[in-house]
Amino acid sequence: MALEKAVIEELRRAVGREHVIDSKNDLRIFERDASIEGAVPDAVVLPANTAEVSSVIRVAAKHRIPIVPRGAGTGLSGGAVTIHGGIALQVTRMRRILEIDPIAQTALVEPGVVNQELSLAAAAHKLFYAPDPSSQKACTIGGNAAENSGGPHCLYYGVTTNHVLGMEVVFADGSVHWVSGDSPDRIGLDLCGVLVGSEGTLCAITKIKVRLLRTPPSVATLLAAFPTIEAASQAVSAVIGSGIVPAALEMMDQVCVGAVEAHYHAGYPTDAGAVLLVEVDGIPESTIELMAAVRAVLSQNQGYAMREAQSPAERDLLWAGRKGAIGALGRIKPNYYLHDGVVPRSKLPQILSAVGEIGIHYKLPVANVFHAGDGNLHPNILFDLRERDVLPQVESAGEEMLRAVVELGGALSGEHGIGLEKSAFMPWVYSADDLDAMQRVKVALDAHGIMNPGKIFPDPKRKHAQLAGRTGLAIEAKWW
Amino acid sequence: MTEAKEIFARLSDDDLATCVHCGLCLDACPTFRQTGLETESPRGRIYLMTQWKRGEIPFTEDQARHIDLCLGCRTCEAVCPSGVPYGRIIEAGRSEVERLRRPAPKHWLARTALRQIVAKPRRLRTFGAITRTAQTLGLTSIVSSGRQLPKLRERFQPPPGGIAPAIGARKHRVAFLVGCVMPILYPQSHEAAVRLLQLAGCEVWFPRAERCCGALLAHNGDLEGAERLRDANMQVYRDSNFEALIVDSAGCGSHLKDFYPELKGRVKDLTEWLAEIGLPTPQREVKMRVTYQDACHLAHAQRIRKQPRDLIRAIPGVELVEMRHPDICCGAAGLYSTLEPEMSARILREKLEDVASTRAELIVTANPGCQMQLESGLRAQGSTMRVEHVAELMVRAFLH
Repeated sequence: MALEKAVIEELRRAVGREHVIDSKNDLRIFERDASIEGAVPDAVVLPANTAEVSSVIRVAAKHRIPIVPRGAGTGLSGGAVTIHGGIALQVTRMRRILEIDPIAQTALVEPGVVNQELSLAAAAHKLFYAPDPSSQKACTIGGNAAENSGGPHCLYYGVTTNHVLGMEVVFADGSVHWVSGDSPDRIGLDLCGVLVGSEGTLCAITKIKVRLLRTPPSVATLLAAFPTIEAASQAVSAVIGSGIVPAALEMMDQVCVGAVEAHYHAGYPTDAGAVLLVEVDGIPESTIELMAAVRAVLSQNQGYAMREAQSPAERDLLWAGRKGAIGALGRIKPNYYLHDGVVPRSKLPQILSAVGEIGIHYKLPVANVFHAGDGNLHPNILFDLRERDVLPQVESAGEEMLRAVVELGGALSGEHGIGLEKSAFMPWVYSADDLDAMQRVKVALDAHGIMNPGKIFPDPKRKHAQLAGRTGLAIEAKWW
Repeated sequence: MTEAKEIFARLSDDDLATCVHCGLCLDACPTFRQTGLETESPRGRIYLMTQWKRGEIPFTEDQARHIDLCLGCRTCEAVCPSGVPYGRIIEAGRSEVERLRRPAPKHWLARTALRQIVAKPRRLRTFGAITRTAQTLGLTSIVSSGRQLPKLRERFQPPPGGIAPAIGARKHRVAFLVGCVMPILYPQSHEAAVRLLQLAGCEVWFPRAERCCGALLAHNGDLEGAERLRDANMQVYRDSNFEALIVDSAGCGSHLKDFYPELKGRVKDLTEWLAEIGLPTPQREVKMRVTYQDACHLAHAQRIRKQPRDLIRAIPGVELVEMRHPDICCGAAGLYSTLEPEMSARILREKLEDVASTRAELIVTANPGCQMQLESGLRAQGSTMRVEHVAELMVRAFLH
């Protein structure tokens, strides 16, 4: 449904002619994020500041047009996909770091600031921004706040919500508000807590005040090989069970390691069944002590070929490999589908063998790369859309994996959000009353349901999160 | 729709399918950083070309602009974990776009200039001589195009007999790419490069019949023109005895490595080669605060970042201060600064801010295009900062 000319004109007046995209062909390029979903927006609008965001939302409110905030489009649950059409509100022009306060250790940023740019700027003050999604080179702080993103180092430091002190937001009526502020205590009703992770369904974020942390004086990073993924999972449980909480504790299986090594040449052992990447930080004395303890636990659990990074460059390379893992899977198959369910850490061996069995059952290769320390899985189902009828198989396999997670007492998502892909599964973990409570908050802030409709809440019209049949993918599948 | 498929035949399905749409490339792309638009990002351009090839999106001149606006810097390729061969994709895509689009005077002129002047040594020499005369006479406004050319010196001349002997014992025999515009625009870079090679014990051979390598043509979508030059050059290189073909211009080096399979493993960037064979101990201090601008076709296309930095750091007295984003394009990108002056200027502006924050007195780079672009930007700002090829800086440590 194309927007009326008059509406487009109103949007142009709000942000400037060249910052509204309404050409049918160009809009196609915005139909996807990094998930497998797709739907063409009716317009893409790129505001430059809060006032313009507010004006755009006022136009949308007046005409009851869906508004879908979009950062870099690196999300993995379809959060930025305009499933009900409408306006993609892209914040990538708002990329100024407004302030870094080295004394208070805070930064005030616009939503389009790229995660890694913030850490680069903070490094000048020996500070860093802790949440480090694997896409940190490209993803935006606004997107991170909307999805409550995690990252390898969130095991120790906590996820995005633990680092957002306050936000400036625009609600569905175009009104601008500050929620929470400078202090880590969120006094009054914790609206900031509600809005972080709301996936664009409650507000658009226009400024974010985040906490920065002092760069640890000493960091040690260890790579360890294991004969099997089960042995590696056992070792993870053992490390956490011994009372050590490393800064990061990551696992990759053999399939992933092979793909990663092909690009990064980081020295990952391609013959191991799985590898663990363990990082500890702090003062030098404590990192030495902690690393020795970690090594001992790992070797008791079949860990071998342990190698500690000898230089910052070597550490960066190991991390580059881990963080590029999902993209590197393109070397095996051109498409991936992944869920990011979380299980209690003690259940890791069980869930991984279940995931393996499901892959074998559907004859689909599965590559595991994940935040093992907090039980946050990322089983990537690999496929090639050019293969006929592969999609329903992929979808069923994904659903079964998620079902296994829930049966083991786990959660639907650790960090990617519910978005489109998991909304249908929400009733697995929440009762009708639970969902109703969420819905009441939604209605209170967005009475007409224009903010990112079709996300998080199960859509009664769509029983299953069917991937095929949606615009982008259907076209893709047809052509191939 | 089948027609469209045939027309995009040069674009490989398998190349396009390596893109998993993860988006890690986005912020590495200078035009995405400027516009924030998916359509001006590598992922968006690959998606567009894929849909074109599938016949799902009709080919329009409006969308061809997204391909025009790509610098071809290949920063995306270096950060892509999936190994998408973006350089190959964009060159093929450009060549298809040039074939399909209504001919525009600007693009026709660029192609003709490349084929008829740059690829023809004698005409290029004449062009250089005229420009130099014009500069001497103060008539530069007539010949300067989008960006200001540097003040031209006497053109680089290979030594008589086409051989520069090694200084000291001869350890290696190498060929040297004199190239098309480099000897005219930056003869001093070549002179310094050859001097360094001689000091490192290389006998340097200058093949007489060598022509332009074809890089500028290929980057501009003229693959046929580039193929003709390759065939001519291979006549010269084939059956000749040399350990390595040394290139001191990153764009040419990258093109030779990608486009001349017969020279596999023997094409070496000057810094790559010098780091490999080693140089004698420097003889004097060079007191300077410098910053290094990665040439895109060196850092991203050839993945050479460490060698030039190591060589610079090895010069006694030199202090190397890194910019925040040394590996983001300066906006030169071959003919881009002439064809897309507006975007080029936006990218250059950001680059110069980054450069200024280092408070260096000298920017070192390894490609004539970058050098010209940075010089013209600095000149326009009235800055006293200078730009040199890495060879020029290095050779100072060996001058008496």
